[in-house]
Amino acid sequence: MRFLTISGPPSSGKTSVILRVIEALQARGKKIGVVKFDCLLTDDDKLYAKKGVLVQKGLSGALCPDHYFVSNIESCVTWGHENGCEYLISESAGLCNRCSPHIKEITAVCVIDNLSGIGTPKKIGPMLKSADIVIITKGDIVSQAEREVFASRVKQVNPGAIIMNVNGITGQGAFELTSLFEEASDIETLKGKELRFSMPAALCSYCLGETRIGEEHQTGNIRKMDL
Amino acid sequence: MSDILVDHPYIEDFLTSFGLIVKPGADSLQSYLDNLDPDKLEDLGISEEQLRQSFDDFLEGMLAISDPMDKVEALTVIGGHDKSGSAEGIELTLKPGEVICIVGPTGSGKSRLLADIEWVAQGDTPTKRKILINGQVPDNKWRFSTEYKLVAQLSQNMNFVMDLSAEEFIRMHAESRLVTDPQKKVAQILQQANELAGERFDPDTPVTSLSGGQSRALMIADMAILSKSPIALIDEIENAGIDRKKALDLLVKEEKIILMATHDPILALMGDRRLVIKNGGIDKIIESSEAERKNLVSLEKLDTKLLALRNRIRTGDTLENIEGV
Repeated sequence: MRFLTISGPPSSGKTSVILRVIEALQARGKKIGVVKFDCLLTDDDKLYAKKGVLVQKGLSGALCPDHYFVSNIESCVTWGHENGCEYLISESAGLCNRCSPHIKEITAVCVIDNLSGIGTPKKIGPMLKSADIVIITKGDIVSQAEREVFASRVKQVNPGAIIMNVNGITGQGAFELTSLFEEASDIETLKGKELRFSMPAALCSYCLGETRIGEEHQTGNIRKMDL
Repeated sequence: MSDILVDHPYIEDFLTSFGLIVKPGADSLQSYLDNLDPDKLEDLGISEEQLRQSFDDFLEGMLAISDPMDKVEALTVIGGHDKSGSAEGIELTLKPGEVICIVGPTGSGKSRLLADIEWVAQGDTPTKRKILINGQVPDNKWRFSTEYKLVAQLSQNMNFVMDLSAEEFIRMHAESRLVTDPQKKVAQILQQANELAGERFDPDTPVTSLSGGQSRALMIADMAILSKSPIALIDEIENAGIDRKKALDLLVKEEKIILMATHDPILALMGDRRLVIKNGGIDKIIESSEAERKNLVSLEKLDTKLLALRNRIRTGDTLENIEGV
């Protein structure tokens, strides 16, 4: 089973791009599974189900979404494998820019859009900087020059990645992206694998439900600003 | 390290884009990298090993940008098949300075043809077309490298989202392409754009306030002067606020292969050939004939007339008497 982690800022077009790739993979007769991770609510699982792919959704609720991801992804991979998926795609939004779901030796994809501003690539951490493939979306809305400037900013922070422009609405570039998916990591289990980068730590009183503001309520892993 | 940063300013850009603080001093770049605090790197979300790898990849890419681009003397499209599986049976070679129009109704397969070219298809797309560069199966770099983009695309929608003036915007683009004399190139582009645009604009006009015609003029001048891509792909040039003939001539002069999706009769006749797309395949190729070119003269007259009328509307005039326009 080929497995990929796809992540990217909210509303960057992850689901649209994945849907276009699913169409291309289905045209090649492939069986696909998707695991959608979100926080409070998502209807994207219905969009996937409509395409006839196997889908699971995981809502992290009151937990940190990427910590939730990493504690569940191994069983998701097993689920995909047991259900005979030839491709399994995990989709998760990078809500905090320091977090990343990418796993060593597993094809990592980051989706980022042209409209997010040229300062955005450097603000995103390992989710973008350690991805193997970076997909830039919404290229039809901006000029060629802006696309080039944006791509050069992405290239600056992840010079080793394959950078592609894909349009999630028209599907431009999706066919080409699919041929990269065909070379994605082929695995049966995530046993023994490691994240590409550590996740941000918390473990303070606020993790445990504290809501009151003030020194006296702060315990655990606390760091102070240098004002 | 101070010397390196002066000679290669992009190294500082690289380091600061990872959130690192660069203090130019006598230390070597090597010792700067050796002495980075691992805890600080952990906060920034990068490991030392990964930073070094990215730095190597980055330098390699930067050196590749300064390399001269491989010259594309010919682009060959070897036909595949249309949606019903009938062979296209063509082999078409395009040369720099040629203008080729692509015509056909929506959904006929124009975008697929353009995508096949951009992807330098090797029988691995639904049409099974093959694309050769200079008569040979091209290197994979044309597919994936951002430095070797085969096609620069001028789309019909041309919005800007950056909050910059025309001059700042073009300078930023020039800097990202590491051109040798950015100041001069920027001035050249702005001047050229003003020659193409119906209404002039100042270098400090915000790009977001440019008119449609001014934006198109700016992007065409930018594409002609700054872009290294040998193919210019144009999705219709609307007939407003821009001298379309001058715009095409500019791209032709810069030795681009110009592919233009258009149904505008004047633009179509400015082309050397028209590819007619039908049912996903290239149905036929029409060479612009002598008779057609003769008709171009009267079409241009008609066009000038319409433009004059348009100007009347703009200036608050009436169209009650249009004789002799």
